[in-house]
Amino acid sequence: MSDRPTAAGARKPRVFLVDDHGMFRSGVRSELAGEVDIVGEAADVAPAIEQIGDTAPDVVLLDVHLPGGGGQDVVAAVKSGHPDVKFLALSASDAPEDVIAVIRAGARGYVTKTISGVELVDAIRRVAAGDAVFSPRLAGFVLDAFAAAPAPDMDRPTFDPELDQLTTREREVLRLIARGYTYREVARELFISVKTVESHVSSVLRKLQLSTRHQLTRWAAERRLT
Amino acid sequence: MVENAGQAGGLGARAVAAGTAASWAASSVEDDVTQPNTRPDTEDATGPSGWAARLEALGVKVRRGPASSGPLRREIDGSFLGGVAAGIAKRTGFDVGVIRAIIVVFALATSGFGAAVYVVAWLLIPATGSETSIGTRALRDKRGLGLAAAVTSILVLALVIASALNAGWITSLSVPLIVCGVGLALVWRNAPRAELDVLRGLTDPVAKSGPSTRKRRFLRMLLALGLLLLALGMLLGINPTASELLRPLAGVLFLIGAIATALGPWWMRIVRENVAERQARIRAEERAEIATRVHDSVLQTLALIQRRAGDQHQVVQLARAQERELRSWLFDDRPPGSMDGKADTVADAVRLIQQDVEAQHGMPVDAVTVGNCDLDDDLLAMLDAAREATVNAAKWSGADVVSLFAEVEPDSVSLFVRDRGRGFDPANVAPDRKGLAESVHARMARRGGTVTVRSAPGEGTEIGLTMPRSAADRQSRRSA
Repeated sequence: MSDRPTAAGARKPRVFLVDDHGMFRSGVRSELAGEVDIVGEAADVAPAIEQIGDTAPDVVLLDVHLPGGGGQDVVAAVKSGHPDVKFLALSASDAPEDVIAVIRAGARGYVTKTISGVELVDAIRRVAAGDAVFSPRLAGFVLDAFAAAPAPDMDRPTFDPELDQLTTREREVLRLIARGYTYREVARELFISVKTVESHVSSVLRKLQLSTRHQLTRWAAERRLT
Repeated sequence: MVENAGQAGGLGARAVAAGTAASWAASSVEDDVTQPNTRPDTEDATGPSGWAARLEALGVKVRRGPASSGPLRREIDGSFLGGVAAGIAKRTGFDVGVIRAIIVVFALATSGFGAAVYVVAWLLIPATGSETSIGTRALRDKRGLGLAAAVTSILVLALVIASALNAGWITSLSVPLIVCGVGLALVWRNAPRAELDVLRGLTDPVAKSGPSTRKRRFLRMLLALGLLLLALGMLLGINPTASELLRPLAGVLFLIGAIATALGPWWMRIVRENVAERQARIRAEERAEIATRVHDSVLQTLALIQRRAGDQHQVVQLARAQERELRSWLFDDRPPGSMDGKADTVADAVRLIQQDVEAQHGMPVDAVTVGNCDLDDDLLAMLDAAREATVNAAKWSGADVVSLFAEVEPDSVSLFVRDRGRGFDPANVAPDRKGLAESVHARMARRGGTVTVRSAPGEGTEIGLTMPRSAADRQSRRSA
């Protein structure tokens, strides 16, 4: 799958929808018609896990909140059997810790449901190609989660200190995304290529998923309290 | 009255008679035929249509535009001196030039009395957009009146000392000095700023000439010294006795009294008209304001509820929010739309802006906040500015979505409002956007914040606001 061309005119990505709102599913269906192949849809965790295993889609559009549990359960269950399936999280407006949980479980990106059809297709293509997709909101969450600089003399040594903080450039990229810039606009603003922007975002995603940094857990706990 | 005036000063008396006729001309046009026929219009503010008819009857044809309704106001815009002529021109519909010419001719024909009438009119007629004249304000200005009383008492003291020393010429000078000094002080304190600048330009001709303040001060002192020497020389040259100086002074005083008597009732009527009109306008304004508020809150919410009737949870939420807002408006006198008291932190306030703009303008707002801190006055001002910018983007940009990003950093808070709408050229701003940019700019500048505007036609707009955080706020955050 990694050698599959991603340019326009390539094979349509096969997409699976998981959302408990039938209205939303049909809306997305009609918006994406012709741009992607919708291979199936599900309204809850258990049927989603089962059907995704059967259909083996390229990308799963996954609602963060589902009646039978969080979206992260779906990601975790599918990832073990089908590591190639990629997840793009989607929600109307959710608590940041839930969004971060889905990302940490393995989703390649997060967008809000207010996204336009064109942008959603673009996001699906990016995720299918192995890139990360950051909506402004996710960029904000990530900046927030990494905001507190780690104390120099932490009580316990981390597994990999590099994973625990963002570089200045990564912060700049995330800030611009949070301000509503597209990757292309970020690239123009920072005088770098779109590819470089993508690699920065992927690197942030990797850090987010692999960091054992206790600030991340503490941040989530604090957010839950307030 | 006229006989008395004749004794005090012949010139003045004739002028008063003429002035009275002009202002009460309803009965005295026929007596007045020796004067230029159009002259009464310089003073007339009450019955322009009647005048036009009379003038037509007299065979005078004056080109005339549409007359405005409403009370007489001085026109500051397009004024030459005090705007009296421009105001009369606007009220009656005659050309400004004609009115000006009439005033000048009148002033020359009455050997200066017309000028005095002009000054009195300037003092008594309110400027456009203002409800009170300089005269009314001066009378209400308690501190100014106190100052005037103080100046008067000092001068009276000087007068007593002077008379004890038997220096008669000082006595003769003191009364005009008192009148001029007190009058100037009161006018200076109560004239509108724009007119003060004009006055300053007239009284201080060297104000703009000198390159440096030091040189200017020197020039000014030189000028004052020269004038003082000139006055002294004239005084010595004429060598007047006290009684000779006092006689014209009595004439002046009488003139002022006569003018007050003559113009008083007319003036009172204008005042009464003003009061009635103001009350009506206040009522209309209040109504309009309530209508706007109800529209912005209640009607918008009702529309929203109708659109989301299927979502019970959201309908309940909308209704509850609206109820809260209405209650705080009706019972706590907190108008809808004010951020103060409704949000405690930056994140709350950003969410509030998002909700309000989405509800009121139907524009989706993508709001992202990084970090958080409590609001203080500076940050409140910044968020009000951000709201203006967001509302502006919602109204004008034509974009699908507005992005709102706030980041709280240790030393500052920054906020970006971005849209991918039609944008504009910041160097060539349309008037409707300029006002807002200025209100955003002014709000931020007052609190020590900065504003950056990035936009180009067709490329959307991004307004960046940055406000330094106060030391106290940072401290409280650190200890928290």
